[in-house]
Amino acid sequence: MAGHASNEINANVGWDGNGSPFSVGYGKLMMWFFLVSDALTFGGFLIAYGFTRYSYGGAWPIGEETFDALPFLQGSYPLAYVALMTFILIISSVTMVLAVEAGHRMDRKGVTKWMLATVLGGLIFVGSQAWEWSHFIHGTKFGRVELSDGSIATAKGDFGKIQSFEIVKPGAHYAGIGELITNDNITKEDGDLMHAFQHAAAKRNLSGTAGAMLITLHDGTVAKVNKEADKNLELIVKVAGNNHAVSVAADESTRINEEEGSVALYYEALSKGNVVYGANLDENEYGPQTYGHFFFFVTGFHGFHVTIGIILNIVIFINVLKGTYHRRGHYEMVEKGGLYWHFVDLVWVFVFTFFYLI
Amino acid sequence: MEQRDDIIEYSLYNHHSEEEGKKLRKKIWKVTLILSVVTAVEVLLGALVKQGSDMWLTVKVLFIVLTVLKAAYIVMTFMHLGDEKKALKWIVLLPYLIFMAYLIFIGLTEGAAVAAKM
Repeated sequence: MAGHASNEINANVGWDGNGSPFSVGYGKLMMWFFLVSDALTFGGFLIAYGFTRYSYGGAWPIGEETFDALPFLQGSYPLAYVALMTFILIISSVTMVLAVEAGHRMDRKGVTKWMLATVLGGLIFVGSQAWEWSHFIHGTKFGRVELSDGSIATAKGDFGKIQSFEIVKPGAHYAGIGELITNDNITKEDGDLMHAFQHAAAKRNLSGTAGAMLITLHDGTVAKVNKEADKNLELIVKVAGNNHAVSVAADESTRINEEEGSVALYYEALSKGNVVYGANLDENEYGPQTYGHFFFFVTGFHGFHVTIGIILNIVIFINVLKGTYHRRGHYEMVEKGGLYWHFVDLVWVFVFTFFYLI
Repeated sequence: MEQRDDIIEYSLYNHHSEEEGKKLRKKIWKVTLILSVVTAVEVLLGALVKQGSDMWLTVKVLFIVLTVLKAAYIVMTFMHLGDEKKALKWIVLLPYLIFMAYLIFIGLTEGAAVAAKM
């Protein structure tokens, strides 16, 4: 059973020495060597991330605070979405290993079924990651603010809905003092009320205090912001200023709550334009800029691997349908594709731990 | 060469029987269950235990142990490196693990040194 001595070696399978080392085909051995080198690459990235975080003196973003959103839902669900993504990738790894197993029994129907499931699982994962990136880039409704004492804080709570803008001074697109601008009649340029509000805040076009904010829109229209009050607004101090110390994650009483004036402090910062929403390559609301760089680079590089894996799996799936491997007499190509696909899952296990949990 | 009948051979043209397949599938579903449970435990701990609390260091170490455990199941069962010849298994694992252990050590040591200077 074991070793080339007891196996008849086919010239297509054996290497030039007339035997295959370790009883594995050439392609499979080379896939292993490639995976070792790719694992070194990812290992290097993650250790570089560890080095940066370890040497950073200030407060690093905390996974369960940063990643607590779900599609279509309001409120805070710490880590729920990434847990779902992890589960999807594990399941698609399982369907892949079932395809490999079916291949070893020359069960063409089984391979077809499980390969299709694996491709679908991969597509769902990449789709999920697209949503997560989109959420990360657009950011939270509150954003990150710099308070009047120089401290920098993120916010938690329920953002009160913006109902309308009431025109005070008409501009080029909106006429009629006292008329309401809602999501139904807002111009394309302003997007929607929330978008216009955040855009104005970041561009220093908001003024006033909580409950009595004035907004200047693209066309120069000045309007009163009709907005429901925020609920349970808490400011989590990330960088200490003159009056506020850094909030400790383990102790929520170190946050600035409503009794300590979080609402006034937050809207004062908004009216001065001292706010950052979401993330890009220049700034992000979650923490130091290197954090944003590493997040985009490492999860992006992993997502790129997943995308390549889906393409490989589709090619293999088509060949399974055409019967290429059945005629060849073995399904080793499914196994090689499987090794790559499991590796992608393996990398995600580490990315999950070091970017989201710790 | 020494014969081993405790492993299922994976070389080309060495097709598995229905019985061997059944055994493998059982193992696959068992590992699936383990990976799912470990992930669920990790997420629960991450959501419940706050960073900076007294428990945090223990939980952090536990996260890393559980991650390595998950990685071992994926490599040994899903990539069935555990069923390959011993020489192949160690050629893949040993150089990688030695190099990574060194890199982790040097990364954290240098990180601490840079932090101390800032």
